[in-house]
Amino acid sequence: MMTGSSWGRWPQCRQQLVALRNRFEPLPESDSMLPFGNGRSYGDACLNADGMLLLTRGMDRFIAWDPESGVLECEAGVLLSEIIELTVAQGWFPPVTPGTALVTVGGAIANDVHGKNHHRAGSFGHHVKEFELLRSNGQVLRCTPDRNPEWFRATIGGLGLTGLIRTARLQMRRVPGIWIAGDSRRFANLTEFFGLAASSDSDYEYTVAWLDCASSGARLGRGIFMRGNHIDHQAPTPRARKPHRFPFTPPVSPVNALSVRIFNALYFHRPAAQCASALWHYQPFLFPLDKLLNWNRMYGPRGFYQYQCVLPGSVQEQDSALRDMLRRIARSGLGSFLVVLKQFGDMPSVGLLSFPRPGVTLALDFPNRGEVTLRLLEDLDAVTRAAGGAVYPAKDARMSGASFRQYFPRWEQLRQFVDPKFSSSFWRRVTGSTT
Amino acid sequence: MKRILIMGANSAIAEHTARRFAARGDSLFLVARNALKLQAVADDLMVRGALAAHTCVLDARAMDRYPAMLDAATERLGGIDAALIAHGTLSDQAACQNSVELLLQEFTTNALSVMALCTHLANRFEAQRHGVIAVVSSVAGDRGRRSNYVYGAAKAAVSAFTSGLRQRLYSKGVSVVTIKPGFVSTPMTAAFTKGALWAAPETVAVAIVRAMDRGASIIYTPWFWRPIMGVVKAVPEAIFRRLKL
Repeated sequence: MMTGSSWGRWPQCRQQLVALRNRFEPLPESDSMLPFGNGRSYGDACLNADGMLLLTRGMDRFIAWDPESGVLECEAGVLLSEIIELTVAQGWFPPVTPGTALVTVGGAIANDVHGKNHHRAGSFGHHVKEFELLRSNGQVLRCTPDRNPEWFRATIGGLGLTGLIRTARLQMRRVPGIWIAGDSRRFANLTEFFGLAASSDSDYEYTVAWLDCASSGARLGRGIFMRGNHIDHQAPTPRARKPHRFPFTPPVSPVNALSVRIFNALYFHRPAAQCASALWHYQPFLFPLDKLLNWNRMYGPRGFYQYQCVLPGSVQEQDSALRDMLRRIARSGLGSFLVVLKQFGDMPSVGLLSFPRPGVTLALDFPNRGEVTLRLLEDLDAVTRAAGGAVYPAKDARMSGASFRQYFPRWEQLRQFVDPKFSSSFWRRVTGSTT
Repeated sequence: MKRILIMGANSAIAEHTARRFAARGDSLFLVARNALKLQAVADDLMVRGALAAHTCVLDARAMDRYPAMLDAATERLGGIDAALIAHGTLSDQAACQNSVELLLQEFTTNALSVMALCTHLANRFEAQRHGVIAVVSSVAGDRGRRSNYVYGAAKAAVSAFTSGLRQRLYSKGVSVVTIKPGFVSTPMTAAFTKGALWAAPETVAVAIVRAMDRGASIIYTPWFWRPIMGVVKAVPEAIFRRLKL
């Protein structure tokens, strides 16, 4: 047994660790196991208190790569960053990348992750051609959209509960190089944000906004909108620099109402926020935080909660629900500077439990201050529930079972596919089951 | 582009070292016991850019088959520029204390087979007047400890053997690199670190490639094991024999 936590560093729980070294190994004996990739889920979806974690990072072999068709087959513990390193020079890129490239392929499937191009590309599950699922009874299921389709849909976004994803075959997308060109502009309020999103989605592969969650009144909902496209640009590849590392966990988190207010004002007003013609290497544009390893330590020993919700409905409905949330957050003074706002596209997600759906998605971090933080998040959930939205399980450590069941009405369908020997802290928490 | 033989190619250290060779387009001849895993390693290395990744299934204790294996490697690669010997087993100390048969078997795997392969390679490289022989020994070979002295003794034999071989081949344009890793973990994430002394195989691999490229003699990897083992070796036996290391 070893104590560990996910990316949010909360909760901390004890579990037995078993490192898988390759795709041929049988599953170990256990009544409660859960695959664990690179630990980038925030809450307890990747934890299994008092049970076993199957560490998949040792399953990190490529199996086949065809630079003609862009189809890649690999073991499930390969990181997206490792795929990019292999394919970008040959003009291919993962079709969907979340805000960090340091996630495993298995984790990307199990959480059906999305990225800044959701309005065009959908989520990760849309680009999975096939995967191999190992069940605890030794059965191996090859799943494609047409073969074992019910297992395919249960496993994509299935939070690792349907069995161990051993290998996957992905369709990559063509890119002209490593550069992304676009622009960055400030918006004064949510109305301007929705206008920018609506006018950008057809012309830009990637769109995303940063939001100042500390401002209220006339400044409520101000932020910076960024958009970009992969472009053909001949410039020397910047020298790879070693990522920095957040060196230790401060005893008291420096993230507080004052520091967030100051940081946000400086960030909003910095000259680069308004840039009509910007050129980025894909790394800072798509994965800005991957250059600061262990940044999650800045929230101190009690970790943090990330809250990511999607709010559906008409733009007016989205706008008013968002406004309601932002007012509550600003009033609480509990927010942080990492706030992301993004308009999802209309493509229906593949998985039974997939999070992405039409609407606007808001993601932000909250240092864990105990009860006050939990009360605020429960308030936000009330807004999300009233709007008919959902909260992202990959980011969650606290939503109630009732909220979960409302957000994901197909959870009972998924239950039929959950492996009897697989479970997670998250699953037990939101379904109220004991196994 | 180099032509490299890797013995024990399924080991984590060898595999990660091979990935670095593959990324720069080297040709590889991979030897290991488990055919299924070996093919998976070879496929992976081809994707990562290896010019070739030949496989040869062989148990390291079948020393009589070494000449044929080396002939095959020479033929498939068109010559051998470097060899990395990384096979071995982490001996069960308690079991070895109760079974001389197991003790001999472990010593064969971890020491005699390495010396046998080194001898063949040395004679071939000496004749061609170039080559690098890199051998994965261990910090455990620097001083015997009660917790793993069977493994440690085998590694001590390897360290002493390669030291002598290095002198013999020095003037022949052949370098012999003795690699002494400390604790090497399976790939772990930041959420479950095993402590500051544990290194990832990727880290060890970087050091091995650098050492082989410049023809280093003895490397400790990570580097901090050199001062640590310096202290361990300096402890007087009168004190050392009382310790429970």
